[in-house]
Amino acid sequence: MKLKLKIWKQKNAKSDGAFETYDLDGVAPEMSFVEMLALLNQTLAQQGREPVAFDHDCHEGICGSCGMYINGYPHGLVKGLTTCLLSMRHFKDGETIVIEPWRAKPFPVVKDLIVDRSALDKIQVAGGFISVTTGAAADANAVLVSKKKSDLAFDSAVCIGCGACVAACKNASAMLFVSAKISQYALLPQGRPEAKERVRAMIAEMDKQAFGSCSNTGACEAQCPKQIKLFNIARLNREYYKSY
Amino acid sequence: MITLNSKIPEGPLEEKWTRYKKEAKLVNPANKKKLDIIVVGTGISGAPAASSLGELGYNVKVFCYQDTPRRAHSVAAQGGINAAKNYKNDGDSVYRLFYDVIKGGDFRAREANVYRIAEVSNQIIDHFTAIGVPFAREYGGTLTTRSFGGVQVSRTFYSSGQTGQQVLLGAYSSLNRQIKAGTVTMFPRREMLDLVVIDGKARGIIVRNLITGEIERHSAHAVVLATGGYGTIYYLSTLAVNSNASAAWKAYKRGAAFANPSFVQIHPSSVPQMNEFQSKLTLMSESLRNDGRVWVPKAKGDKRPANEIPEEERDYYLERRYPAFGNLVPRDVASRAAKERCDAGYGVGPTGLAVNLDFRDAIKKQGKKAIEEKYGNLFEMYKDITGIDSYVEPMRIYPAGHYTMGGLWVDYELMTTITGLFAIGEANFSDHGANRLGASSLMQGAGDGYFILPYTISNYLAPEIKVPRIKTDTPEFQEAEERAVERINRLLSVKGKQTATDFHKRLGKIMWDHCGMTRTEAGLTEALKLIGELREEFWKDLLVPGSADELNQELEKAGRVADFLELGELMVTDALNRRESCGAHFREESQTPDHEALRNDDKFAYVAAWEYNNDQPPVLHREDLKFEFVELKQRSYK
Repeated sequence: MKLKLKIWKQKNAKSDGAFETYDLDGVAPEMSFVEMLALLNQTLAQQGREPVAFDHDCHEGICGSCGMYINGYPHGLVKGLTTCLLSMRHFKDGETIVIEPWRAKPFPVVKDLIVDRSALDKIQVAGGFISVTTGAAADANAVLVSKKKSDLAFDSAVCIGCGACVAACKNASAMLFVSAKISQYALLPQGRPEAKERVRAMIAEMDKQAFGSCSNTGACEAQCPKQIKLFNIARLNREYYKSY
Repeated sequence: MITLNSKIPEGPLEEKWTRYKKEAKLVNPANKKKLDIIVVGTGISGAPAASSLGELGYNVKVFCYQDTPRRAHSVAAQGGINAAKNYKNDGDSVYRLFYDVIKGGDFRAREANVYRIAEVSNQIIDHFTAIGVPFAREYGGTLTTRSFGGVQVSRTFYSSGQTGQQVLLGAYSSLNRQIKAGTVTMFPRREMLDLVVIDGKARGIIVRNLITGEIERHSAHAVVLATGGYGTIYYLSTLAVNSNASAAWKAYKRGAAFANPSFVQIHPSSVPQMNEFQSKLTLMSESLRNDGRVWVPKAKGDKRPANEIPEEERDYYLERRYPAFGNLVPRDVASRAAKERCDAGYGVGPTGLAVNLDFRDAIKKQGKKAIEEKYGNLFEMYKDITGIDSYVEPMRIYPAGHYTMGGLWVDYELMTTITGLFAIGEANFSDHGANRLGASSLMQGAGDGYFILPYTISNYLAPEIKVPRIKTDTPEFQEAEERAVERINRLLSVKGKQTATDFHKRLGKIMWDHCGMTRTEAGLTEALKLIGELREEFWKDLLVPGSADELNQELEKAGRVADFLELGELMVTDALNRRESCGAHFREESQTPDHEALRNDDKFAYVAAWEYNNDQPPVLHREDLKFEFVELKQRSYK
């Protein structure tokens, strides 16, 4: 396949960026989106031109490194996939593809398609943990947890921290991201002792990092590559009210 | 010249670790905060080590190349984590876990280390559960387990097909708790370029800030490498594409012996290669072999779609060759068996380099829902990549480079041959011998980090309390920084025509062809020559665009490939030296009449630890393996 790629190029956080257009030939339909970009970079490097910087690592949809708008949609329009698993089968020969970094105030551009997502880590540092010191745990079966609740906690815990939910939200809200962690711990008896402190601390940090408010449009859920559900946000709100 | 002293405590196997802990020196809580520890890597050994050392009160500095510690490649481990809980009442015990790992590793690991990891395995599960890791459960609310290759009990705890993610995020949460408490400082997007050794002790590291390109000096009283394995040397592997050997390799060049570098696990089930642009081979968890049956057609070159081949024309070759373990033989055995069938012309798929992994019978027996619950995400991932629905037709799988049993040589305290430099998790060589059993890597990584290193490092640091904070303006730091800068400049100044990726692909092919699933004297000798030539070409024709003082991913890759070009040679040298087959190291010259690995215990029951010798060939040091508690036997899974 032949493609026209319009890609955001930006030297660093301080400089202005702009779209640059590249023609790319030899794209195979079984390539993944990041393999297609790697092919572009290989071609550019051989021509002595500067490659496009982008984050990618595991290539199996689990590390959360990759992430970019593909034709305006975080990770592209195919449901439940990260950029690294998005197959080029979903694109047509001759198509123009527009590729941009996440656009959100808390995610400043580092270079080209790479953004700084450390604001997400800061929220986790504020309270995304259960305070059990190594060595202090009782036998794993000492506390029984219903399979249903445990499975629900797992469904929330699969968040990969890619930031697509923030990028999809018109308010750049991180509510789905925060609610996934809050839900995981709220559903498990192990997480209950610190539930109040946790939800307040994480919400306070989220606000401090200048993420926007949630207006319940559901764009985050629609674009989440791990298909984390909106009802986690309802649970987050409930946990937050309960904490006062 | 280094000397190997494994420092294994005296006494019966069951008492060694208890005895060690009883005698190990401690550091007073008030003194701990005066001691700095550097941890490089935030995977399933680094994050546990950093958080538990932080909990103890040490001042910990943690480094990773990713933008956040949560992305370390342990996140991609799928199947599970082993422990000797015996929750299934199926005859498991610490001893049995120990024995399975020793046997699975084909009797090339240290008894004392393996027994210790089996001993702490239960605590790991307790700890992860307490910090909110959602392991799979039974309806009654207890934890459940499943089976893995090379064992006959069910001892693998799991979270669907993404156990690595769940335990890694658990460890990441503990790390975050310590970052908040102020005991741990996190330095993401840093790549270690060198180790600083002062008066014979590891005292710091040189890193490159991958955003700005700045070279930084960081000092500590002790340095811990938790930097993973070197499976990406094959270019196509199941690893994250940025995984690399550079930190361990720099330590080797500073005097840390590298043990058993040729022991590489080729995982039997990955999605086969589809085209030349492919950047990695995606793993399909071994747990799938609990329910999936492996087969190829009985007729050579049978190109019919799998579902049209009737039962009697299918060769379930693992069940045929290994009736006792069937589809759950260890990885090295399963990989070689797949290669044997494909090389003989029975492979399936467009390239003929694949075998079927079929869930038809399991779905018939248990229902689609049960299979979906156990492996849902794996089936989805397989479909995303190949477009094939494995609920309807078999998966096609083929072996791929996966895990490295070899690594930095460490003694019982997990210290390398450089005083004060520790190596944990996949970065060391310690527990898996010549082949690792499935679901043992998370166990070993977390065990090293949570429950072993905190004791052994304290024993080392106790006399260090008199040493003030290490300064970074010493000649040793200066020399190491200059060396790192000089190397970067050298990479940038070649200005040739081929990218780092071009060279990486070629090196990968040499390694896969000659130092992969099977090895021969002639092939290895050829590989030595080819690697030497390729390395020469690399330094004459490498192309790295951009500069050093900016985010430059091509420069990062070039540095890693340059190190792989040296490591490859050491792997081949080690494989040549070991004229026996054991576990994953299969020398064609040494096999039983039915093509199983044939060990030579008289000559090779040792750990091969290689010492760097500048431009001269590396020096081999042998650590003889003494088996006092188990009997050396020909491994059999029949």
